Amino acid sequence: MSERNLSGFRVSRAGPLALLQDAGRFGVRHLGVTQGGPADLHAWAWANRLAGNAWGSGVLEITVGGLELIAERDLTIALTGADLGIKYNGQAAPRWRTLAITIGDTLTFGSPVNGLRAYLAVAGGFRGDTVLGSAACVVREQLGGFDGQGNSLREGDTLTVNRAEHLPAEQAAPESEQPDYRQTAVLDLLPGAQIAAFTGRSLFDAFNAEWQVDQRADRMGVRLSGPRLQCTIGSLVSEGISLGAVQVPPDGQPIALLNDRQTIGGYPRLGNLTPLAASRLAQCMPGQTVRFRAAGIDSALRRHRQFVQDHK
Amino acid sequence: MKTTPVPCLERAGLDGWMVRLFDRIEESNLLWLTALADDCEATFGDVLIDLVPSYTTLLVVFDPFRMTPCEARQQLIDILARLTPGQTGADGKLHELPTWYDQRTGPDLQRVADLSGLSIESVIEAHSSRHYRVFALGFAPGFAFMGLLDEALTCPRLDTPRQKVPAGSVAIAGRQTAAYPVVTPGGWNLIGRTTARLFDRNREGFSLLRVGDRVSFVPVDQAAFEAQGGDITPANRESGQ
Repeated sequence: MSERNLSGFRVSRAGPLALLQDAGRFGVRHLGVTQGGPADLHAWAWANRLAGNAWGSGVLEITVGGLELIAERDLTIALTGADLGIKYNGQAAPRWRTLAITIGDTLTFGSPVNGLRAYLAVAGGFRGDTVLGSAACVVREQLGGFDGQGNSLREGDTLTVNRAEHLPAEQAAPESEQPDYRQTAVLDLLPGAQIAAFTGRSLFDAFNAEWQVDQRADRMGVRLSGPRLQCTIGSLVSEGISLGAVQVPPDGQPIALLNDRQTIGGYPRLGNLTPLAASRLAQCMPGQTVRFRAAGIDSALRRHRQFVQDHK
Repeated sequence: MKTTPVPCLERAGLDGWMVRLFDRIEESNLLWLTALADDCEATFGDVLIDLVPSYTTLLVVFDPFRMTPCEARQQLIDILARLTPGQTGADGKLHELPTWYDQRTGPDLQRVADLSGLSIESVIEAHSSRHYRVFALGFAPGFAFMGLLDEALTCPRLDTPRQKVPAGSVAIAGRQTAAYPVVTPGGWNLIGRTTARLFDRNREGFSLLRVGDRVSFVPVDQAAFEAQGGDITPANRESGQ
């Protein structure tokens, strides 16, 4: 087998959604191409770090569960993010730590116990087909992933990996970095955009009410339900939308826009969730409660820089 | 009428600023917006991550590890202070998109004719006799929002979008026109189909059309359409399918 096509796993059972994600696709949004990349940057970055990989290496993002993988070689891996009732050869799989596995071993993803999206990194990184500068898999755009066509993993797929240049030291993420995703999430929001056009009552509600995560939630965005927010602007001429933007359509129920959002849109916005807040929201199950907290730019930037530097 | 921008800067997260130049859609906006985008590219250099131009705005996304929002804001203020519009006519590459207008490829031609009170021939004539500007790309890779359409052709979106609009479909809605790069759901009125490849991952630049470009739809007959590789499979007549 050539170096280019090292088979790491075979998919023995496909789940509803399992996607290859590197850091995302940049420099192409003016062409209508979205960002992609991990919905939960925090868990994705930890997976790579524990597997000894450089920032941006390809990781599997498994949403909801249902996936079963069989190792096709000896590998060093790390599982982070949601607890999807993951089994390693039938036993509860260790999460948030480096793990050496052997050819023939199985990883089985069940269903959500705590959080929604699990991340599987392998030392060396998964190797996808780079399209427009990235292997990030965006189903809607038919871009990226292992075959370049934006497909979720299917039964029988072979998942290619890069040969690891060195094996990582065995390590674990500290407990404090392993979120309990079932807790009420407090999401840092950087005010901006049309926030001044919302009524005073609506601004009070936005930051004081409890918001429920709606069923309509995916990698494009997460709808929230709660008090009806009123904006003096109904709709705008469409304009660029950045990660974490919280838009409010005329029904007054906010939608936080995530990695696979459309590149432009025309609803007024309260501002943007920080990248780590967007990550946290991406782990929430429908019906879960979240709150918004107004964040200052300086502290939010400091926290973001620190997080990324720690994982590079 | 020429409008002069009254810029304002709005925060767009940790790594972005929205530069708002206008409050309504005018073709002359593009001369300012493309000039602004060019200056941002030159000034920010490789600190720039993404630029998303649209009808009245430019979203500027920068590398938050190499620049603070405050520094980016100051750069944008400097750029805006020296901004002049590009020259009318000198900008925007012209693309001619061969288009077969037919009820098989354009199942909403009759609806548009009925709404406008024009014959189908006049609808085709009105649509193909203009040069359009690309105001924005979005919705899907390479999907260009173009305008402005002849006022007589103004028509609302379909009440129920089609589940599958064939690739290449030429469509209108409101005072805008577009061509679908790939098969997607879509709610615009289909009036024809082009052989142009609007998005190609193997082509330099990927998207055929860019903001500021000019586009004309050139009517071709079925034989020419097929000779250029056009797919004549009829589009679903009914919306919602």
